[in-house]
Amino acid sequence: MGATSAPGWRKNPLATRRRASDLLATGFGYLASALLVIALCSILWTLLSQGVAGLSLAAIIRPMGPPGSHGGLANAIVGSIIQTIMSLVIGAPVGLACGIYLAEYGGTSRFAGTVRFVSDVLLSAPSILVGLFVYLVLVAPFGHFSGLAGAVSLAILAVPIIVRTTEDMLRLVPTAMREAGAALGAEKWKVILMICMRSAGPGVLTGILLALARVSGETAPLLFTSLGNQNWSFSLDKPMASLPIAIYQYAGASYEDWVALAWTGALFITFGVLAINIVVRFGFGRQKS
Amino acid sequence: MFGGSLNSERQMTTVSSVAEPAPVMKATKPSFWQGDQFFRLVVLGCATLVLLVLGGLVIAMGVGGLQAFRVFGLDFVISNVWNPVTNQYGALAPLFGTIGSTLIAVAIALPLAFGSAFWLTAIAPAALAEAVGTAIQLLAAVPSIIFGMWGFFVVVPFMAQHLEPILHHSFAHTPGIRWLVHGAPFGTGLLTGGIVLAVMITPFITAVMRDVFLVVPPMLKESAYGLGATRWEVIRRVVVPWSRAGMIGSVVLGLGRALGETMAVTFVIGNANTIGWSLFEPRNTVASLVALEFPESPAGSLKLSALLALGFLLVLISFGTLSVARWFLREKS
Repeated sequence: MGATSAPGWRKNPLATRRRASDLLATGFGYLASALLVIALCSILWTLLSQGVAGLSLAAIIRPMGPPGSHGGLANAIVGSIIQTIMSLVIGAPVGLACGIYLAEYGGTSRFAGTVRFVSDVLLSAPSILVGLFVYLVLVAPFGHFSGLAGAVSLAILAVPIIVRTTEDMLRLVPTAMREAGAALGAEKWKVILMICMRSAGPGVLTGILLALARVSGETAPLLFTSLGNQNWSFSLDKPMASLPIAIYQYAGASYEDWVALAWTGALFITFGVLAINIVVRFGFGRQKS
Repeated sequence: MFGGSLNSERQMTTVSSVAEPAPVMKATKPSFWQGDQFFRLVVLGCATLVLLVLGGLVIAMGVGGLQAFRVFGLDFVISNVWNPVTNQYGALAPLFGTIGSTLIAVAIALPLAFGSAFWLTAIAPAALAEAVGTAIQLLAAVPSIIFGMWGFFVVVPFMAQHLEPILHHSFAHTPGIRWLVHGAPFGTGLLTGGIVLAVMITPFITAVMRDVFLVVPPMLKESAYGLGATRWEVIRRVVVPWSRAGMIGSVVLGLGRALGETMAVTFVIGNANTIGWSLFEPRNTVASLVALEFPESPAGSLKLSALLALGFLLVLISFGTLSVARWFLREKS
């Protein structure tokens, strides 16, 4: 507007003030966005500079051990993989079914509205509370911590994400496709599973992958459920090691090799999570549009 | 239960086959197990399960904390003594830390999120907006324990060596706020907790706020631009009034996340059950107190019950907040 303003705009205090406030707001917008990008870069740079030092074959193939024993993170990595996969095995069917209910059956009914609301609240519920809840239900009555309890607590965190994406994706399926299926004489469940879900497939998969990314970095719920383990543990009935718990234990320790391992573990988790997010965003995003 | 309805289904089939002369109908009638009814029951059951999880969570915390509530009564909420040695537990200090760090976080995150959402929707060229938008989404996906480590190894030294001494020197004699900068600059404390939380919740708030800004009808914005309004004026006079409910919702959503955050805070808050004006002194939050003290609380002890009672208070605060957020976000869409 500066160049095309009426001559003498400099003497107009109103125009000056408007220009100044616009400049100020624009500058602040740049500053705020830059600060966020700087924060991300700072985190990634810290992870790379600290984590690469401890990166070695031993870190991947040796289990955790006492300070100075050249331990690794292998049992924690395997434990994390077992628990996250189990959490999806438990959580994905429930989340998918709930999403199907909300999109295909619930509609605008009061019950569906309540489920939607509760699921949205659970979506950002403090994960430590989920951990305490599973402790009370699955750990305290049995008297011991277990990998299964860890998987269940992660599943509770995964379900709301899957519910949300499944419902949204099913709603994008055109009604004409449902009608075509019904016209061929297919029952409703066949229409939903074989036509709607197939059409919504990539979007639904996105939700499951995002849930995977979210739960694989969760620490707080595992503290009270699978507890962590210094040794190899493959039994879902026993305390199980996990990468976030290992990081939590090692990062606060005063042994240098433990802190180095904590950074290496942090590097694994963060780049794993970010890789999933990038694949989802670019892999599936492009396909859809 | 399934058996019962299965039987009644069979009975119905026989009855209808007697009543109806056409035998073809009987053949096409699907049995219960492969039919729609079964599928409907399954998905309905899963939807109910989600409700049960939330209900069970609230009830389990309440029941678990009952012992502590019985022993201490209202004192549990208004006492700031947390002493495992004498078995005296009060929730005031961690509640203070939780609410204090959350308020600091929101005070920092709100302008940052608003600024970057403004930049993303109104200022940035499309390609740059997409790149930065992706970066902000990635920042939101970083696990909270990583924020904790980053806070502990990067933000805490920065606070101790730079920001806190500067704040201390600048405001140590300013009446009114001198108490806020009182205390030794260790780096850990309420302010550091608030800053790390702010970095964590800003991407969430930005993402929601950007979505809210994007649904403002372009006609309204273009009319304002056509009248000669600046970008700031369009945001201030058109976009903000239109999306006020959504903006409040996005901020309350961030607030809800900050209230219950454990890992990011535990590393940097300092973990001391104290109350005071100073922003530099170590404090504690409900979530980090629970995470830290839980390993030393045997099953059935009063201490465990006190921790569960803290969990119950956190349930009330954070679920209340999140419900308010969802209500605001629901209204417009």
